[in-house]
Amino acid sequence: MLSSRQYIVSHAPFWHNGTAVHHRNYNWLLALLPAVAAGLTYFGVPALGVICLAVSSAIFWEWLITTVARRPVTVGDGNAALVGLIFGLLLPATAPWWLVITGTFIAILIGQQVFGGIGGNPFNPAALAWAIIFLSWKTFLDFDSMLVNYSFNFAPYHPLVALKAFGPQAVARIPLGDLFLGKQVGGIGTTCGLALVLGGIWLMARGIVRWEIPLSFLAGVFVSAFIFHVAAPESFSGPLFHIMAGYTLFGAFFLAPEDSSSPVNFLPMLIYGATGGIMTILIRNIGAYPDGVIFAILVINLINPLIDKIRPKRVN
Amino acid sequence: MIKKPFFGYATANFRYELLSKAVAPPASLPVPQQAVFLVPDPDDLGPSGFDYQVGTRLKTGQLLRARSGNGPGVYSTVTGTVTDTSVFLGNYGQKFLSLTVQCQQEDQWSEDFSQALEKDRQQALLDFLGAAPGAADLSPFADGQTPIDTLVVLGADPDLLVETNLSVLKSDLNALARGIELIKEVFGPQSVMVVAPGDNLQNVDSHFPARAITVPLDYPAVQPLMIMQKVLKRFPAQDKTIARLGVVFCKAEAVVSAAAALTTGRLPLEKLITVIDKQGNRKLARARMGTPIGDVLRRFGIETGSRDRIIAGGPMAGTAIYSLAQPVTAETDALMVQDRAEIVMSSDYPCINCGDCVRNCPAHVQVNMLVRFLEAGQYQEAADMYELYACVECGLCSYVCPARIPILQYIKLAKFELERSLPAEEDNA
Ligand code: SF4
Ligand code: SF4
Repeated sequence: MLSSRQYIVSHAPFWHNGTAVHHRNYNWLLALLPAVAAGLTYFGVPALGVICLAVSSAIFWEWLITTVARRPVTVGDGNAALVGLIFGLLLPATAPWWLVITGTFIAILIGQQVFGGIGGNPFNPAALAWAIIFLSWKTFLDFDSMLVNYSFNFAPYHPLVALKAFGPQAVARIPLGDLFLGKQVGGIGTTCGLALVLGGIWLMARGIVRWEIPLSFLAGVFVSAFIFHVAAPESFSGPLFHIMAGYTLFGAFFLAPEDSSSPVNFLPMLIYGATGGIMTILIRNIGAYPDGVIFAILVINLINPLIDKIRPKRVN
Repeated sequence: MIKKPFFGYATANFRYELLSKAVAPPASLPVPQQAVFLVPDPDDLGPSGFDYQVGTRLKTGQLLRARSGNGPGVYSTVTGTVTDTSVFLGNYGQKFLSLTVQCQQEDQWSEDFSQALEKDRQQALLDFLGAAPGAADLSPFADGQTPIDTLVVLGADPDLLVETNLSVLKSDLNALARGIELIKEVFGPQSVMVVAPGDNLQNVDSHFPARAITVPLDYPAVQPLMIMQKVLKRFPAQDKTIARLGVVFCKAEAVVSAAAALTTGRLPLEKLITVIDKQGNRKLARARMGTPIGDVLRRFGIETGSRDRIIAGGPMAGTAIYSLAQPVTAETDALMVQDRAEIVMSSDYPCINCGDCVRNCPAHVQVNMLVRFLEAGQYQEAADMYELYACVECGLCSYVCPARIPILQYIKLAKFELERSLPAEEDNA
């Protein structure tokens, strides 16, 4: 009889364009592969260890936390892997194992799960974890001492640390091309501008990262660094140096545009990105830290609800 | 079903595909062997609130209504004998008594409508037209609340792929004009406009008794709420429904139904339906209201299997039905069958704040915010802070949402709940 057939009953609309959360996350992972490759090239096997540990521990933490909290287990959507990978790429290749798993634990638990998981986090989870680690075990994020046993065929010091300590003359001779190709001391996946730009373009072209945010972030860095540089070239480096050095490109393409902690409206996105860029330069040029990207991003995350209007978090 | 393009933001640039071109004339279905009528049960009394039992004889055109006379009724489109009565639950808890009728081929006409017409033309239309093809709800004209100054006739269907009303507009402009004049005469709206997208109103000249309003071909330009905002510039709100803003919407088919009923004294029996098969091909059918949906699909050789989806209405705003025995009603503008492979189920993911909905919302609703309040059941806040009532119910946000949140469903539910809470508050005041 007719009634024996079970039809699907659900609500309109009955069409969907086929996108899914895991598609987006897998695309992010894909876009980070060039940076991973560059990191392995420059930092070798230890970098591989850190990346693998970061990704697997992040997945494990999310599985554990969702299981204990009796929430649906969501590791299949790739989000934990993504947070773990981003965190891992921020670290020096010689980061100790306990630092890596502590960091991913912070990123997954404090960064995301306490806010109800994906979509609820007010801060970029990887950036938040990095900041907490930085404030607790500062020396392990001091790239110059962490990478001291490497023999690089390029300037063997962190360009921004050198800039902070010795002024623009100290870094004036580093070719920008070297920086762009990853010939600088830094996080595993954050040094090679070329790889980051490739990944960033992929995400923007696919409509996964909202292009307004990275571009306005970079514009903010460029313009503010340019103004400092023009006003006092002997104290402040030029804008291109600031874009190539440190976490700038990684932050612009992979930290600032994190979905949950960034705005979605056009003008707010521009304000958000530009503010992040300007904050970065302010911290670098007149603040206490050599690289201001992470703190700048946490600041814009913080003001995001104000820019994009306040919203409640979905915490049961 | 259009997928997200490989590059670029997820956009949903749907256009009303102009139909009219090559749709074959409607195929007529015979009088069904069995018909089903869903009689509203406003007092929730179940079968005991009605005078119909197994064995009751029904005549064609007979008004079917709760014994109390409350609520709207429907009319039988066949002559036959009731073989089964049962309770039927509609959307949002609406209750119906479902009457299954064994039909005979020849019609014996009931005098219900002609008698009602003799008594009071306006009341007759109010009682019967809601159940006539096109399901016109003209009650705001007579409920004594807000005077209705504008009647908007939809010369095309709001939903995608549905051709029913455009085909009415195209095929019988004279009947439409006659219907508009009669409605004007009986209900007296100051202004009447007929709305259609694209160049479909070319043939409407200055003698036509309604103003021709052309809207863009972009979905959802024909959605009534969109017309309210974009054409009439009146903005519905929590305490301002469309009717409270002085506007009544009515489909072209309903106007033609009114014309037929008033000029011949006999109620129209057949509903015009756009049938959309699994491949998206469209055909028109005429079937008596009450005909089981399965009969219509069978007429076109459309097979359905388990886990397929059958939709009364179009892809963006229709209603999924669960049985082929459910009948064609006055509102069934389309029947659509979706293959199980095409179905994307909604998920219980939270909003990931990707912004695709915001970019695609034609009403510029802050959907990413709105949905957080709706998921938390904070409907009043949603209405006060995030423009719940600006939403035109097009479904584009749900269509693009990667978290596959049933956003439109949340929105409709919120509006429904708020509306329900409203009279209670008025009573307290
Ligand atoms: S909120 Fe969604 S359903 Fe409402 S108008 Fe915007 S896109 Fe359409
Ligand atoms: S509701 Fe859906 S489409 Fe809108 S921002 Fe959230 S996840 Fe994206």
